[in-house]
Amino acid sequence: MPVLIAHTISEATEILAENPDATILNGGTDLMVEVNFNHRHPSSVLLLRNVPQLREWSIDSSQQTITIGAGVPYAAMETGAIAAAVPALAQAARTVGSPQIRAAGTMGGNLGTCSPAGDTLPVLSALEATIHLSSQDGERTVPFGEFMVGPKKNSRLQHEIITAVTLPVTGNRQGYSKVGVRNAMVISVASACFAIVDDTPRLAMGSVGPTILRAVKAEKFLAEATKDLDNISDEIAREFGEIASTEARPIDDHRSTAQYRAHAIKVLASRLAVRGTAS
Amino acid sequence: MSSVKTKRDVLGTSSLRPDGGAKVKGDFAFTSDLHAENMLWGATLRSPHPHARIVSIDTTAAWKIAGVECIVTADDVPGQLTYGLISSDQPVFAKDVVRYMGEPIAAVAADHPETCRRALAAITVVYEVLPVLFDPELAIGDDFEPIHPDGNLIRQQRIVHGDTSVVGDVIVEGHYVIGMQDQAFLGTESALALPDADGQGVEVFVATQWLHEDQKQMAACLNLPTERVRLVLGGVGGAFGAREDISLQVHTALLALRTSRPVKMQYGREESFFGHVHRHPATVWMRHHATNEGKIVKIEARFVFDGGAYASTSAAVLINGVTHTQGPYKCPVAVVDGYAVRTNNPPCGAMRGFGVVQACFAHEGQMDKLAAAVGTDPVSIRLMNAMETGDLLITGQPVESVAPVARLIRETNEIPLPPDLAIDANELDLPGGSGITAERKHIRRGIGWGVSIKNIMYSEGFDDYSTARCTLSDGKVVLKFATSEVGQGFVTLAPQIARSVLGVTDAVCDTIDTQIGSAGSTSASRQTWMSGGAVDGACRLVRERLFELVGAQQNIEPIRFAIEDDEIVDTAGTFRMSVIEASQGITISETFEHHHRKTEELDENGQGNCHVAFAFVAHRAVVDVDPELGLVKVVQIATAQDVGQVLNPLSVLGQIEGGIAQGLGLAVMEEIIVQEGRVRNPSFTDYLLPTALDAPVVVARMIEEYEPQAPLGAKGVGEPPCISVTPAIVAAIRDAIGKDIDRCPVRPQDICL
Repeated sequence: MPVLIAHTISEATEILAENPDATILNGGTDLMVEVNFNHRHPSSVLLLRNVPQLREWSIDSSQQTITIGAGVPYAAMETGAIAAAVPALAQAARTVGSPQIRAAGTMGGNLGTCSPAGDTLPVLSALEATIHLSSQDGERTVPFGEFMVGPKKNSRLQHEIITAVTLPVTGNRQGYSKVGVRNAMVISVASACFAIVDDTPRLAMGSVGPTILRAVKAEKFLAEATKDLDNISDEIAREFGEIASTEARPIDDHRSTAQYRAHAIKVLASRLAVRGTAS
Repeated sequence: MSSVKTKRDVLGTSSLRPDGGAKVKGDFAFTSDLHAENMLWGATLRSPHPHARIVSIDTTAAWKIAGVECIVTADDVPGQLTYGLISSDQPVFAKDVVRYMGEPIAAVAADHPETCRRALAAITVVYEVLPVLFDPELAIGDDFEPIHPDGNLIRQQRIVHGDTSVVGDVIVEGHYVIGMQDQAFLGTESALALPDADGQGVEVFVATQWLHEDQKQMAACLNLPTERVRLVLGGVGGAFGAREDISLQVHTALLALRTSRPVKMQYGREESFFGHVHRHPATVWMRHHATNEGKIVKIEARFVFDGGAYASTSAAVLINGVTHTQGPYKCPVAVVDGYAVRTNNPPCGAMRGFGVVQACFAHEGQMDKLAAAVGTDPVSIRLMNAMETGDLLITGQPVESVAPVARLIRETNEIPLPPDLAIDANELDLPGGSGITAERKHIRRGIGWGVSIKNIMYSEGFDDYSTARCTLSDGKVVLKFATSEVGQGFVTLAPQIARSVLGVTDAVCDTIDTQIGSAGSTSASRQTWMSGGAVDGACRLVRERLFELVGAQQNIEPIRFAIEDDEIVDTAGTFRMSVIEASQGITISETFEHHHRKTEELDENGQGNCHVAFAFVAHRAVVDVDPELGLVKVVQIATAQDVGQVLNPLSVLGQIEGGIAQGLGLAVMEEIIVQEGRVRNPSFTDYLLPTALDAPVVVARMIEEYEPQAPLGAKGVGEPPCISVTPAIVAAIRDAIGKDIDRCPVRPQDICL
């Protein structure tokens, strides 16, 4: 099995154009597990780990955005400037696996796999991130809501690589929570990201549907229920959670039950709505 | 009067593991690291169905794959077609029918693991799927066709003790459910088999708990004389009961004999979940009768242990369960019915605590119910009923062991409680941990208790002796035994014994293999007592011979000699000589077999002195709970454990902390999810073990009351730590949320929905 090693983004897209069946590898924390389980037998692999551009990130202060390369590992998001700019992303990154996994796994991988339990994805959904894709045909951007189209399905074309993600730096309240049956290193049973963007509340929910779900009714309720999003009453927060819970579409599986997942969303949403406020 | 001149790792010191450095550095060779020249790899084809008739097996296509050297099925087993620890009811390979998901059907040997994988995929098995017996209650009566020629009921035992017409002033009742826990050792099953040049024998390096039992079962299946199946202990990465049964032993040896080449087999993590027995899931009903003050006057109980498809040790697990119904409490009257049944669920057998874990979860739940019913607290109710030496068990057996139950409870109670959760507590320390699901204000704290009694050594008339040889030469001791070192630390303890008894410094362990008599299994908290007794006995015999030799040289009656530090001294004179000097140029070698006292089988009313000895422990758990989300953080476990004598404090603490982690796992997260016979979570992604963030602070007191029956005064310490910590944690969760919970592991939905 050939492993094709790219050193620049253009080299990577060139290789991919010539080898459209190549499986893309970066941190390997998803792919190698699948290979080990014999769930996947790649015919060839395109390695992106040696592309320095993918590991870069930058803040555009005029646009108030941050662009994070697809090869930036979770560990780099947990603390420092990225964490300061997007605190919810740092919180989500901290919940991924073990320190070893966080040192290897990348944002691009989370997007490439596109699991409904992908830990950073609710943050990208709530903040309405833009995904950057690159191919021999050029570059294009896709809003996260159009990127994730199903469980482990995304709108990346076969000859494209994910290069980066752009997120707003809101300076406003945002937070992320994830429920698992263990206090660390656990796959999400339910997760949620709450953020205030452009003075409107946003709530994205993970592991409770085929894709990351936006709780649009709950968002609308909250926007109408209060003008001061930093001063939400417990009652409104509770109702916000209850509405969000009705928007979840969870299933029963070996990790949990639909009933518990919907309940957890209710609790997480109402807590996140007031987290970091004086209440 | 003596002053210790040399610092030697004798009994009572925290002597370090001889293999510790290598393990920490990654240099230790586990069985899976072994390699032989010209070696083939073996792999196993397993049933995807929990219950099905095998219509046909076609290996033609697999044989055609380049690199495939051998394929074996049930038709190729030269000897006995089945094996088993208690009854030989489990096929080496399924022949006509498969009875659990993952049951072996064929094995292949090939030049590479990937070739093996392809070969397995190329074998065509046609199945006729059969109805699945997954409800243990249906296995008790005649409601379901027998799924095995031996029937669906593996064993039934009744206990009737005392005047059963007694009725208590106060009656409390509970139904308890214990989930299926996995031993989850880190070193998966592995073996390397090397065929003898004449093809009439085989040497097998294997990670096991009991070399001689494996040898016996393998020889029968391979149709070889026992001495032509030589076993050597490969490096073992944990056991906890899961290596007591045969897994890949016969398969590996058979492939090696067939191919005349070395063959190695090694399970991956997923296969390991199907490759060994698990802890029995059980349902337990108990009804306690007590006086108005809370003194127990009668216990009624019913146990159902789901043994899965094959018997393994289910019969013994059942006896352990029912005979420990009362827990470490006085109980004059009992009526207990116990069933171990066969189903199409995964086979269950030995795991740390062996049936007592299930009993303890129920009797401790009952003690808290009783405390509430009579208006007292968990500590008082346990002290009021605490068992003492001399008390009768519900089997009629007197407890002759040291039984410091009340002291264990008091000493545990004296351990300071942890500080309250700080207002600005680190979010990682809250329930939910790194998921940041709660704030300080959402958390409630609870405290719970668990106390247990555990039999140590084998029961019901079984003579599980141990053998050891001590050879002294030029001041150096070599110890030979077949005691499986599975991480418990016998390779540390054995040289400590030799140093104490013989005054030597240089004491090492020889290869652990079948070239000496059996040591019995590394299980039932028995090796310190049994193999410790054997090593101690062998060393004492050598010391006698040494004293005779020196006595003859010096014209001193040998009876006057004693070992003082590293010298032989004349206790009635002035003669002294170092052991090193005294043993120059001579070799003394002695073998000793240690047997424990005889035990009896139970009669039809469950009466009889069936156990050898008992160990006790108390646990107090402090937990923080998020009642709304149902998440738990175990904050502190306080424990006082009855250890007899501490022979190696560091080793004992390791057992206590490790056992508590394993008991915590059963309390709040570890469960093999089985739906209609199918395992849903055979991976460490979904079978959750506690991480560092889940592990509590452990504050342990080792209670030393010398056990006169034990060769070294020491009781086994392996199992007790994991037994009563589970009910203690669950009781603490109940205390925090004010809601009854009757199952473990406790799932978030059990708390909040």
